[in-house]
Amino acid sequence: MKPLYIHAVGLAAPGLPGWAEARPVLAGTQPWQALPETPYAPQLLPPNERRRAPPGVRQAFRAAEDARNASSLDFSQLAAVFASSDSDLAVMDRINTALAEPVRAVSPTDFHNSVHNAASGYWGIAVGCRQPTTAVGGYDGSFAMGLVEAAGLVHGDGLGVLLVVFDVPPPPLLRSSRPMRHAGSIALVLGAEPDMGTGERALARMRLSLADEAESPLQDAALEDLRQGNPALRGLPLLRAIARGEAARLVLPHVSACNMVLEVEPA
Amino acid sequence: MKPLAVSHYTVTTACGRGNAALLDALRSGRTGLHHGQFEAGAMDSWFGAVDQLDEPLPEEHAGWDCRVNRLLAATLQQDGFMQAVASLRERYGAARIGVFVGTSTSGVQQAEFAYRDRDRAGNRLPQWFDYNHTQSIHVPAEFARLLLGLSGCCMTISTACSSSAKVFAAAARAIRAGLCDAAVVGGVDSLCLTTLYGFNSLQLVSPEICRPADARRNGISIGEAGGFAIVDPQWVADAPALLGYGESGDAHHMSTPDPEGRGARAAMQGALDSAGVAPKAVDYINLHGTATQANDLAEDRAVYALFGGVVPCSSTKGWSGHTLGAAGMVEAAVAMLCIEHGLIPQSLNTEELDPLLRGAIVTRTRAAGIERVLSNSFGFGGSNCSLLFGRLT
Repeated sequence: MKPLYIHAVGLAAPGLPGWAEARPVLAGTQPWQALPETPYAPQLLPPNERRRAPPGVRQAFRAAEDARNASSLDFSQLAAVFASSDSDLAVMDRINTALAEPVRAVSPTDFHNSVHNAASGYWGIAVGCRQPTTAVGGYDGSFAMGLVEAAGLVHGDGLGVLLVVFDVPPPPLLRSSRPMRHAGSIALVLGAEPDMGTGERALARMRLSLADEAESPLQDAALEDLRQGNPALRGLPLLRAIARGEAARLVLPHVSACNMVLEVEPA
Repeated sequence: MKPLAVSHYTVTTACGRGNAALLDALRSGRTGLHHGQFEAGAMDSWFGAVDQLDEPLPEEHAGWDCRVNRLLAATLQQDGFMQAVASLRERYGAARIGVFVGTSTSGVQQAEFAYRDRDRAGNRLPQWFDYNHTQSIHVPAEFARLLLGLSGCCMTISTACSSSAKVFAAAARAIRAGLCDAAVVGGVDSLCLTTLYGFNSLQLVSPEICRPADARRNGISIGEAGGFAIVDPQWVADAPALLGYGESGDAHHMSTPDPEGRGARAAMQGALDSAGVAPKAVDYINLHGTATQANDLAEDRAVYALFGGVVPCSSTKGWSGHTLGAAGMVEAAVAMLCIEHGLIPQSLNTEELDPLLRGAIVTRTRAAGIERVLSNSFGFGGSNCSLLFGRLT
């Protein structure tokens, strides 16, 4: 298939609070270091929605806003794909806890936050986006699944796309059922051309295909721990190739019978 | 877009298993909704349950056993669907057929059971609880892929009540982008307390049977359903076809539609544009029509703005209930049944048409030669999708 051009990157992960800060770490010129984790208040949400947004949504916004802050594109005109394995299990935990009591008093805010497309709904409100917005979920293969839908929107429908992949660790009761060590999110702005009309050249381009091959690990132990500790951060090898300005052939997990091959090059 | 043949499809709802059961119910005006408790101890409501889902899955799939997967497996057994996928597999190869499934709650009912059974002192869920094969949102797509023997790209779309309408759009663009050559699309959602008490917390569950477009409508009746379809870019004789799709975001509110219906209108306009047809080419509109005050009014504004008060329209949720993440697929099947069998269904359970609605709501089911049907699905988070079905010409 035709290449996807990557026009902007956003990132939020332990020790990697944004794409600008992460570039030298991923390029190998600075070591990864743990940083204190601070709660994130989305900048673009109106006050009511900001108050109601649960941690999963905040994590998604952190990477999306990081990409937006570094781009001159009009994000309200981009289609949006939000990919996540679990969206926000703390919300489901509160609902299921309430349902196990005799009164079954589910909070209406929890219920509307429980939909898998909560982040995409909040995003549409935040930037006034009336373009197609989609939410997909593919367990540990969520990053590649998001790329499938984004590639379809770019090359099938001719749209510019914001892809946001995010997940946050589950609450204590679900930790053994759904292990996840870290919070993390990655955002990519993807288009069909090397220039999306801003005069700025894309950071990189990549071609997608599917193959039954083993996924690519990261050599750096700290970064590999992040990669394995959150489905969104399965995309870190792609960000490493972009940070280094290198060509790379990478395999990301997709589904049990087939993984995704990314052939990345500088644009 | 180039039309995509829907070479096979099957749907299972509270009206029964397989296409013939739904067609018979549509013709006879027999609702699948019943009043009572769908689970012991649950609040009374009108609901649409699929019968005989009490039997566990066979031994080889025991790890996947939960209501939504039982419903999915039962759905795939109807209308020769498994055989149709087998012959599709021979034609394209298992790795070139995508699987796109919509669901809103997947197997969350297992988590409901597990939380009730949990060790409260030790704060532990029971051993039997298996998140990866039941609750995870990706479970129905993965289980369908396994049952169908497919190994290509796979997608779970979960955008609340537009989920399984959007699978048609996602499959169409993935085929066009070259990610797969053909696709199985579908939707499945099963009854659970999460949605019953969740919608009830928003005061959106009707104490009476749901009455779309009625002046006294008072909310939804929840249903469960499964449905699947094969979309094939090759020409298939006499098959219905996906002619166009449109998607939009409301950018308005998380759980209330834009009262002006702008997002709904944009989705319908998008479907017409992608098919390259004018509004007058549409013979029937299957409304989202949940029977909440807000939805039916906002949707009517959008329909009237685009079509005037002339194109017949109705919601079929009075038969199936609102099947949430499966609604897009169920109503795609309704659209195709209407085209194949020459039928325009009434707005079932509607007693007193809301005088504020200006669309041409159909109050009595009638036979009619129809070429094109538009099907609307709108979800929480302002996620809208409209699909246009017709015939291959």
